[in-house]
Amino acid sequence: MIHSLFLINCSGDIFLEKHWKSVVSQSVCDYFFEAQEKAADVENVPPVISTPHHYLISIYRDKLFFVSVIQTEVPPLFVIEFLHRVADTFQDYFGECSEAAIKDNVVIVYELLEEMLDNGFPLATESNILKELIKPPTILRSVVNSITGSSNVGDTLPTGQLSNIPWRRAGVKYTNNEAYFDVVEEIDAIIDKSGSTVFAEIQGVIDACIKLSGMPDLSLSFMNPRLLDDVSFHPCIRFKRWESERVLSFIPPDGNFRLISYRVSSQNLVAIPVYVKHSISFKENSSCGRFDVTIGPKQNMGKTIEGVTVTVHMPKVVLNMNLTPTQGSYTFDPVTKVLTWDVGKITPQKLPSLKGLVNLQSGAPKPEENPSLNIQFKIQQLAISGLKVNRLDMYGEKYKPFKGVKYVTKAGKFQVRT
Amino acid sequence: MSSNSFAYNEQSGGGEATELGQEATSTISPSGAFGLFSSDLKKNEDLKQMLESNKDSAKLDAMKRIVGMIAKGKNASELFPAVVKNVASKNIEIKKLVYVYLVRYAEEQQDLALLSISTFQRALKDPNQLIRASALRVLSSIRVPIIVPIMMLAIKEAAADLSPYVRKNAAHAIQKLYSLDPEQKEMLIEVIEKLLKDKSILVAGSVVMAFEEVCPDRIDLIHKNYRKLCNLLVDVEEWGQVVIIHMLTRYARTQFVSPWREDDGLEDNEKSFYDSDDEQKEKTDKRKKPYTMDPDHRLLIRNTKPLLQSRNAAVVMAVAQLYWHISPKSEAGIISKSLVRLLRSNREVQYIVLQNIATMSIQRKGMFEPYLKSFYVRSTDPTMIKTLKLEILTNLANEANISTLLREFQTYVKSQDKQFAAATIQTIGRCATNISEVTDTCLSGLVCLLSNRDEIVVAESVVVIKKLLQMQPAQHGEIIKHMAKLLDSITVPVARASILWLIGENCERVPKIAPDVLRKMAKSFTSEDDLVKLQILNLGAKLYLTNSKQTKLLTQYILNLGKYDQNYDIRDRTRFIRQLIVPNEKSGALSKYAKKIFLAQKPAPLLESPFKDRDHFQLGTLSHTLNAKAAGYLELSNWPEVAPDPSVRNVEVIDLAKEWTPAGKAKNENPTKKFYSESEEEEDSSDSSSDSGSESGSESGEEDEEGDSSEDSSEDSSSEPESESGHQSDTENRRAAKRNSKTKGKGDSKDGKKENEKSKTSDSSNAESSSVEESSSDSESESESESESESRKVTKEKEKKAKQDRNRLATDASLLDLDDFNPVSTPVALPTPALSPSLIADLEGLNLSTSSSVISVWIPSADLRATHQATLQQHPHVK
Repeated sequence: MIHSLFLINCSGDIFLEKHWKSVVSQSVCDYFFEAQEKAADVENVPPVISTPHHYLISIYRDKLFFVSVIQTEVPPLFVIEFLHRVADTFQDYFGECSEAAIKDNVVIVYELLEEMLDNGFPLATESNILKELIKPPTILRSVVNSITGSSNVGDTLPTGQLSNIPWRRAGVKYTNNEAYFDVVEEIDAIIDKSGSTVFAEIQGVIDACIKLSGMPDLSLSFMNPRLLDDVSFHPCIRFKRWESERVLSFIPPDGNFRLISYRVSSQNLVAIPVYVKHSISFKENSSCGRFDVTIGPKQNMGKTIEGVTVTVHMPKVVLNMNLTPTQGSYTFDPVTKVLTWDVGKITPQKLPSLKGLVNLQSGAPKPEENPSLNIQFKIQQLAISGLKVNRLDMYGEKYKPFKGVKYVTKAGKFQVRT
Repeated sequence: MSSNSFAYNEQSGGGEATELGQEATSTISPSGAFGLFSSDLKKNEDLKQMLESNKDSAKLDAMKRIVGMIAKGKNASELFPAVVKNVASKNIEIKKLVYVYLVRYAEEQQDLALLSISTFQRALKDPNQLIRASALRVLSSIRVPIIVPIMMLAIKEAAADLSPYVRKNAAHAIQKLYSLDPEQKEMLIEVIEKLLKDKSILVAGSVVMAFEEVCPDRIDLIHKNYRKLCNLLVDVEEWGQVVIIHMLTRYARTQFVSPWREDDGLEDNEKSFYDSDDEQKEKTDKRKKPYTMDPDHRLLIRNTKPLLQSRNAAVVMAVAQLYWHISPKSEAGIISKSLVRLLRSNREVQYIVLQNIATMSIQRKGMFEPYLKSFYVRSTDPTMIKTLKLEILTNLANEANISTLLREFQTYVKSQDKQFAAATIQTIGRCATNISEVTDTCLSGLVCLLSNRDEIVVAESVVVIKKLLQMQPAQHGEIIKHMAKLLDSITVPVARASILWLIGENCERVPKIAPDVLRKMAKSFTSEDDLVKLQILNLGAKLYLTNSKQTKLLTQYILNLGKYDQNYDIRDRTRFIRQLIVPNEKSGALSKYAKKIFLAQKPAPLLESPFKDRDHFQLGTLSHTLNAKAAGYLELSNWPEVAPDPSVRNVEVIDLAKEWTPAGKAKNENPTKKFYSESEEEEDSSDSSSDSGSESGSESGEEDEEGDSSEDSSEDSSSEPESESGHQSDTENRRAAKRNSKTKGKGDSKDGKKENEKSKTSDSSNAESSSVEESSSDSESESESESESESRKVTKEKEKKAKQDRNRLATDASLLDLDDFNPVSTPVALPTPALSPSLIADLEGLNLSTSSSVISVWIPSADLRATHQATLQQHPHVK
């Protein structure tokens, strides 16, 4: 399926190549560069490119392009999903998925790629199996290895590979047994000029950090499972049990993983925790405009809204901005025309605002449309949908684990049209 | 050592070869002889020396540096002789890196690569399954044609290996050997046939992959394994799932009759309100037609449904396309929710999913209408995502939602992303033609845009207005006049050409303006774009024919300009027009008809979706994305008129018994097996001790009871040492039974889940019968010492039955077990004494569950019916 993989950085250097079948020349990437040039923007490089002899399927992640070479029919999502899994694995192993990290660990990267694909077909992609085969680099380990001469490569088949629960390895041991769940909900919304909601929905995930010894069998139940409209599961979850009882029952992987992601049924009205008052105007035949934005809390369930940031992609004709924030700080990048206002916490007594003048290129026609505002915020200890974990039970092990659940609400793709 | 250099010299007698020959013997000769080599070679020299050293650490360092070179794409092939010697290294990391090197360069240095073969052959016999597997991987990856027979032998052996992991690798090796030597096809198909029978979930995906690559047309190999694959599907790893689902989609299209027949006729006029009353329609359909779905067809559709919940986008897409291509149209609706969910993913996934939705939304609008707002565009979306969303919005537009959509489009038109704004204008045009109610609104909106400041927007509007006016030959003189004025300001050639064409077409409606426009154009003719010049010529010709008094001279002037134009197209056109319209002695009969030719009624252009023609490709494929047939694309066949014999999928038990033997042996050496069942056991014991304070008292009482009986049974089964899998299913049974009792306890308090009495009574009879089937199949699996995965499967099935819908399970059991494990034909199927507790528990569980009031309500009615039928059909087998 996947013939070869090229890793390309932003300046267009191919800094890693790996072939699973016969070697494909680097020159095949020229087609990719061509498409990249045409697209102008990295975001717009088409993920699937057809060349005379090959097909190139690429992803863009962390300022890197992962370009895979395909020769025959294959579901494109298969390749895309796999490439993202590769990037996830790098992230997991090296803490970041960057050119420097990959170059520093090129041998481990190669060993990983070798294990992940055989003849272009995925072989082992579960992170715990890979970690048994190839140990992640740590400073301590490299010191120990250099003294004892032991290697980073496991010599037995990982236990997970053969079991029905490939995501967990045997013999996990912790002195403190802990299970943490983070319920993170994101509000996606489009708010129109007048402040009414065009579209809003809540997307949530439950991320888990499980450090439990042995083979614990967990079941997590909710107070109000009916809120969950559409759910996707980590493979560890017993689907049948969910269908019948609405209980998440699973033998967890070791460490951090995403347990479920869900969408809250769209019939429920979504509470929008902030409102924005804005007046942005550009004067005709003059080289300046006015900018005035105020943010206030609304339907915040008595919780503080923090980590507020406003990002605005200003029109191209804007040269500079002279603004005064009542709170926080702002930056304007005259090259990318991006205005970022880091607000911080919203206190209802004194609403944060950002006012001032906009300098336009003289002579250029005034922009047609006001830019839309992208807003980020965070509310701790609140799941905006009202989802609540009822209880977590553990079976299969004797010890008593420490359990914790945390709720956070964030802005997802939260956009205010002006 | 000497053989090493000898082999190389024989192979290629160049200057380099002698160098390398020296190289190979360098342990004997002093290293001073290398002064002549370039600095690059010198650099490799120390690598060679490191590889020659006795210390593993030095070798490892050298290998790491070499792998670094390979990764960067630098040539490290000259190190081949030095590296290949280390293939037998004891150090596993060195070994692995040497493998990496070999796979990369063996194809270039075939003869030297042969030296390593014996090492692999030895490793293939290693007691460690990981080493066996990796030896097979490398052996099959080095692409040296001479070793094809060795590979063939190794694959055959590995396919019968006890370790499922090695068998998985054997399946991968099949494809490699096939691409190296297609001659081996027949032999490889034999291996594939054998591996297809494998019961391990590890092997399933890989062997289907091999099947798809080597012999996708041998659909007959699938028959016997069809039900097994369907049942294994949920447990197979995600990548395997994708491949199997795609294969089964193709299979289903050849083996079952179309479930759409009735729908097809209705489709056209039902499109818009399809979704709202499909339930009802389903019923009427059922009454009208004698079509019944093959239970195997149903099995596939049902077993893939849970996978819509997968975290892997590729799996979700695969299931979605399966539903699209093979499920009854009324059931395909469930995929839309999952597909919309994928839109939260990264942009590449969005891109592919949106493309597929675009194709789907043309044919079945209703599916995505409820999710209209999910396709609203954000200013931060990449342009390619924006245009795809726009495409879908257009497809979904209808009388009911068009006003909302047009308001949304107004925002888009003003977007800073002009390419997107232009696409929006085209979209408005399409909506205007598709929905006649809003044509005038759209048109006036587009006319407003003509005063837009951005040229691209104006140009696009002009082009779209032209198309709209052409479709509506009503009086639009005002708009044409307005557009004629625009000619002074607008510079985009396409727009200018469009305006000119429009004026030419309607020159009789604007008799005063048209000649004036021609006058202006004649002035600027030489500086116009070719596209515009052609339209000026056209306009001139049309005016000459209708209003020759005013424009004769002008037209002749233009024709003269055209005659000497640099572009031959324009010169040609000029000559042609002159002959046609200016009567002279040479011109033939044609000029009489010139007016008819030029001012004929032209058909209006069709504004169509670019995704209109994509539906002949299977959704989710590369070919669909590219809208062109990719190499190796397998055509989805049309439904057969008459279903081929369904009995080919029946599996005889005797066959199975043979198949199971390797898997059964494999189980014994499988370490995870043991701990898993242990954990299950422990779970049970800790169950009662765990703090379940919130549960009701009566329930805990039952739990205790269960716990007691489970104690007994576990003792029983532990006294029977070889019945490990039975033991496991035992515990599973007990768990299931326990859960039943729990659900029973809770059932009363849960309000929304009460069911009608009728179905309950019928259920109980179903469940009764299926319980008998179940138990017999269970004992069967016991005596066969079936593979772990399978037994898990069965127990899972049981769990499912006990917990949720018994109806479904009844079919499950009949499909999986009855045919596979027909108790009548097998005397082996008698229950062994050790098993009886589990049987009892099983039966108990079923009884409990049937009497409980908790019956899930979400089963579609069609499902119910199908299951009843299926159960009825299967009854004879039980007796």
